[in-house]
Amino acid sequence: MMRPRLERRLAPSAAARWGGYGVAISLALGMGGVVFLLAGADPVAAYTVMARGAFGSLHDVSEVIVKAIPLMLCGLAVAVAAKIQVWNVGAEGQLVLGGIGAAGVALFLHPYLPSVAMLPLILAAGFLAGGLWALLAGVLRAKLDVNEILTTLMLNYVAIFWLEHLYFGPWRDPMGMGFPGTAMLPENAWFPRLPGTRIHPGIALALVAAVLCRVALSRTRWGFEIRVIRESPKAARYAGMRIGRTILWVMFLSGGLAGLAGMAEVSGIHYRLQQGLAVGHGYTGIIVAWLSRLHPVGIILTGFLIASVLVGGDQLQTVMHLPSAVGLVLEGTLLFFVLGSDVVSRYRVRWGAPHP
Amino acid sequence: MAAIAVRLKGITKRFPGTLANDGIDLTVEPGTVRALLGENGAGKTTLMNILSGRYQPDAGEIVVAGSSVRFRSPKDALRSGIGMVHQHFMLVANQTVAENVALGLEAPRFLLHRGRMEREVRRLADTYGLPIDPHARIADLSLGEQQRVEILKLLFRNANLLILDEPTAVLTSGEIAGLFATVRRIVREGRSVIFITHKLEEVMEIADQITVLRRGRRVADLAPAEVESRRELARLMVGREVVLGVDREPVPIGDVVLELRDCSGSDRQGHRAFHHVSFAVRRGEVFSIVGVAGNGQTELVSAITGGACFTSGQVLVLGRRVRAGQPFAEERVGYIPEDRTGTGSVAGLDLTDNVLLTTYRRLSRRGLLPRHAARRQTAELLARFHVAAPGPHALARQLSGGNLQKLILARELSKGPRLIVADQPTHGLDIGATVEVWRELLRQRADAGILLVSGDLTEALSLSDRIAVIFRGEIMGVLSTSDSEALAEIGPMMAGVRQA
Repeated sequence: MMRPRLERRLAPSAAARWGGYGVAISLALGMGGVVFLLAGADPVAAYTVMARGAFGSLHDVSEVIVKAIPLMLCGLAVAVAAKIQVWNVGAEGQLVLGGIGAAGVALFLHPYLPSVAMLPLILAAGFLAGGLWALLAGVLRAKLDVNEILTTLMLNYVAIFWLEHLYFGPWRDPMGMGFPGTAMLPENAWFPRLPGTRIHPGIALALVAAVLCRVALSRTRWGFEIRVIRESPKAARYAGMRIGRTILWVMFLSGGLAGLAGMAEVSGIHYRLQQGLAVGHGYTGIIVAWLSRLHPVGIILTGFLIASVLVGGDQLQTVMHLPSAVGLVLEGTLLFFVLGSDVVSRYRVRWGAPHP
Repeated sequence: MAAIAVRLKGITKRFPGTLANDGIDLTVEPGTVRALLGENGAGKTTLMNILSGRYQPDAGEIVVAGSSVRFRSPKDALRSGIGMVHQHFMLVANQTVAENVALGLEAPRFLLHRGRMEREVRRLADTYGLPIDPHARIADLSLGEQQRVEILKLLFRNANLLILDEPTAVLTSGEIAGLFATVRRIVREGRSVIFITHKLEEVMEIADQITVLRRGRRVADLAPAEVESRRELARLMVGREVVLGVDREPVPIGDVVLELRDCSGSDRQGHRAFHHVSFAVRRGEVFSIVGVAGNGQTELVSAITGGACFTSGQVLVLGRRVRAGQPFAEERVGYIPEDRTGTGSVAGLDLTDNVLLTTYRRLSRRGLLPRHAARRQTAELLARFHVAAPGPHALARQLSGGNLQKLILARELSKGPRLIVADQPTHGLDIGATVEVWRELLRQRADAGILLVSGDLTEALSLSDRIAVIFRGEIMGVLSTSDSEALAEIGPMMAGVRQA
């Protein structure tokens, strides 16, 4: 009887991995086409609208890039933690804290700061605030073995309430005519923009962070310790590695990266704390990280891909009167198929009777 | 009890990269014990996993009571009366003995009569001489007791053929006698037992028939009466004349490299593990600690290497005090841990990373790890220590036990150690690999003092200058191997008799 069987590969083949990736994306797009049909739209027309929405003009491309920046940084945050088997689902809250930290320094310390020091300082403040927020969960995990999935997730809500408290309450702009939000940041705390677009240096930040993460994880002593701790805490202890301390540093870095995303949103887009900072980039970052199989450079590409799906998806609403949630459906379908393709890369399919 | 013969015909099983079973025939007659003998990797466990339904054979057939059967799962096999006790027990740790026995039973579909279950388990346990408390939680039981639960599970399901995979590996000598009594009791009823082992004396004691496997093939099928000597069985297992005994030329004795001063310590549960232990190891000698497993050796080793706590006393390694409970990675100490797959190596990382495991601090330059240098170092070690591996990029899980141990040894020796702590360094290795490890350890005496912890007296006697016998955490005495009369005391000392 001809029946397919899965046979485990000793070492995953690179060709199968990349091939699987391509097949997964094609299948996801095909599946998305079915969703369009069910929603009563012509798939080809819908994809065309999406593509035009994302890449039709310089302005569209620039919006994709703007959207990709926080996704890349949050994706890196999730991936770095996942490399040591820590599931940081709190990038959203750490992003918010990064925004609060950066805005707080800019709003309240600007009279005392030389203008050139402003941007580096709020950058550091954003990183630090996000990192310390993540450390809360990190300490609980490393010292008391509290599950970080719960703590990081719940701290998201705490962070968002803090944010709302600040811009509705003590930090609210007295000249804002009741509008909820802080005052505008001083101009020396603004990221410069590429003329005619909203593209800001956050993109460079994300690129540099990705390369640094890649080097740190694969070339350094620290990255090696992370690898061993992930694979076998027992062996790490045998080798004299300090597991708890390493987890804390990883959590700090992870939160710091998400904090940078928040800082970049505040300093590059909003110029103040207001509604619209916590819009789920931290959660989408989880998808970006896993779609890239936690590979830092892959996260740059995937962040761009997801951003274009989301920006293009918005056009479906205006042009074809489809719900914009179709973009989210497509995002989920991509994740589903890419994770599924992992099976193909780790196992091979054999047909028919077992090998004699 | 229906007496049923089980027959395997031409069983073949292939895994990626290896032929685990190559056309193996095997028959088990009712009321007999069939020993399955072979070194690690000979294919014993694979063959039995096929017979018990866990794996499907690539070719060959299984015949039970005259008709050919196909097992798709262990459940299928159990329906035909065949069950297996695996080396790693398949029990639910936080359930009771009775619950584990009931687990997966088909009879009461929804409601479990706890009281009745417990009564039946107790009755069965008494019948077969398997003392156990049906209320006890598995997590609170010793490995020997857990094994009884596994056997009870099979008896409860009325298995006709019980497969025991290296059952004595986790038992003390007293428990082994108990297990043998149970096995005899089982076969008297007309059931049969397949007994997997690589210990020759056990085979001679318990088996009615012996099958020897080597590299996936059956090389002999004989009765104990036909075996001329244990040496002959050993030769069948390894396929060549066994080198017994290794040359141990004396080397000059040097400074003290390890000293324990009146050390006491406890295990993770806080129970006393070792008590008032004092000894010193000098460069140029092999000092071994022997004893039945579970008498405090594990905790003692982890106190010396800095993993576990000792509650009083001092440990001095190369003249420096070891701080209790602090991980420790002294460059000049080579440590070969007992658990080579989980602790001594990382299965999912490549050999380069595995060599880096304890050498990365030395190799790193300003926080960076030079990958080419690491790979070159690994390639050199593979060649120098004759590790059979595809190369530095291979994953540790691709290596056999013997080759993995040679890699760990190579890594630890590459540090140029002054002290080597070797915990069961040849446990489970075939004779060829064992002798290689022994020779290498002896060679190191020129530069290092060696602390050997071993459950294998042959090993301790072949390598050591002095032997300390440990019993319930206390050193019963220290003997010199040059004093052949004193050596007769080792046996009694392992059972708790103090040195005269």
